[in-house]
Amino acid sequence: MSKQRKAVALISGGLDSLLAARTIMDQGVHVEGINFYTGFCVEGHTHAIRKKDKDKPKRNNALWSAEQLGIKLHIVDIIEEYKDVLINPKHGYGANMNPCLDCKIFMVHKAKEWIKENDFDFIITGEVIGQRPMSQRKDTMPVIAEESGADELLLRPLCAQNLPMTLPEREGWVDRERLHNFSGRGRKPQMALADEFGFEDFAQPAGGCCFLTDKSYSDKLVDLWSARGRKEYDLDDIMLLKVGRHIRPKDNFKVIVAREDGEARFMQGYKKDFINMNCSSHRGPLAMVDGAPTEEDLLVAAKLTARYGQGRDAEKVDITIREKDGSERTVQVTPFKSDEIPKQWFV
Amino acid sequence: MSKETLNAKRLLCPLPVIRTQDKVKTMQIGDVLEVVCTDPGVMQDIPAWCRINGHKVLDTLTDEMEYTIILEVG
Ligand code: SF4
Repeated sequence: MSKQRKAVALISGGLDSLLAARTIMDQGVHVEGINFYTGFCVEGHTHAIRKKDKDKPKRNNALWSAEQLGIKLHIVDIIEEYKDVLINPKHGYGANMNPCLDCKIFMVHKAKEWIKENDFDFIITGEVIGQRPMSQRKDTMPVIAEESGADELLLRPLCAQNLPMTLPEREGWVDRERLHNFSGRGRKPQMALADEFGFEDFAQPAGGCCFLTDKSYSDKLVDLWSARGRKEYDLDDIMLLKVGRHIRPKDNFKVIVAREDGEARFMQGYKKDFINMNCSSHRGPLAMVDGAPTEEDLLVAAKLTARYGQGRDAEKVDITIREKDGSERTVQVTPFKSDEIPKQWFV
Repeated sequence: MSKETLNAKRLLCPLPVIRTQDKVKTMQIGDVLEVVCTDPGVMQDIPAWCRINGHKVLDTLTDEMEYTIILEVG
């Protein structure tokens, strides 16, 4: 009996990777999933920090996909290594700060290392020619295979028939005839295949798989880099870009104001790392100050914090300012009127 | 059989799952791990991860600010 071959499937949590993995499993190959966490991945419940999204399903789509497939899922933290991909993308950015081509190359490269370490035979992805403008074009597909070092160990089951033969096909580990020839942005063939496999309730993320494709998030990241004068970030930075209203009155400081309870609750966890404040005379949001504010800047931050509380129309409100060491003091300020906050302050 | 605790507070999913996964790799079958988190998403994700990977959730506890999952390594 011939040896059962093993493939690792890049599982993003979307439909395509689910279908690609299942297509190969149906050919008798042992498949396990791998999911890379860059820090920018959109999780069903990242949004659930915000109360307004509380009713949405809070599942992690990659875990959900693996469970549907009945396969193991290895989630790999690539936050640190990913910095270089995002900061210096050889192939540049997409419409926003998404370095999709470099990102794909990096992930496939990591998968290649993984199969070597774990004695697997090949890699599969859910890529489809023409599906995405940057990373899934006919001319970029070979670039991913080549620059990742995966070469012909990289099989794209959904569009394999439109691509040159790979090793798993040539060696007969999989039957090319039973792979697919999908192309373009249309979703009909995927829907039909999902139907055939009986997959329902799969994730269809509109904005791709990560925050970097989101304009407002990308703007905040660019603002962070330009205020610091260098492209760098840590995990807390990128987490905090996901919450609150970001207002930058000056290069040396920015105010993050919670928009509602869920965000305030999340921000509570950072209180020891940032100067933070809230209104003590009226109900109002938690605000944190990022950067190196002067005493005068803190008063600006206090007036902004007051603007978003129930005392916004009061003559004076009390704002309690807490330093990182926990010491606090209370200042009295007049809340900004909405027309006193320059538009360009909003990041 | 040993019992260990993992502090995954302040981390957003899937980081608590990743930390759990990495910790479990260092443990033996039958060992118990208690994971303490602040992201409510763990209440879905860690049990899902356990189901996929053959571990058993023994208990889940929720209080005002924290979510705790106790699992047995399978
Ligand atoms: S959308 Fe994000 S995770 Fe997906 S390929 Fe592009 S940069 Fe990478």
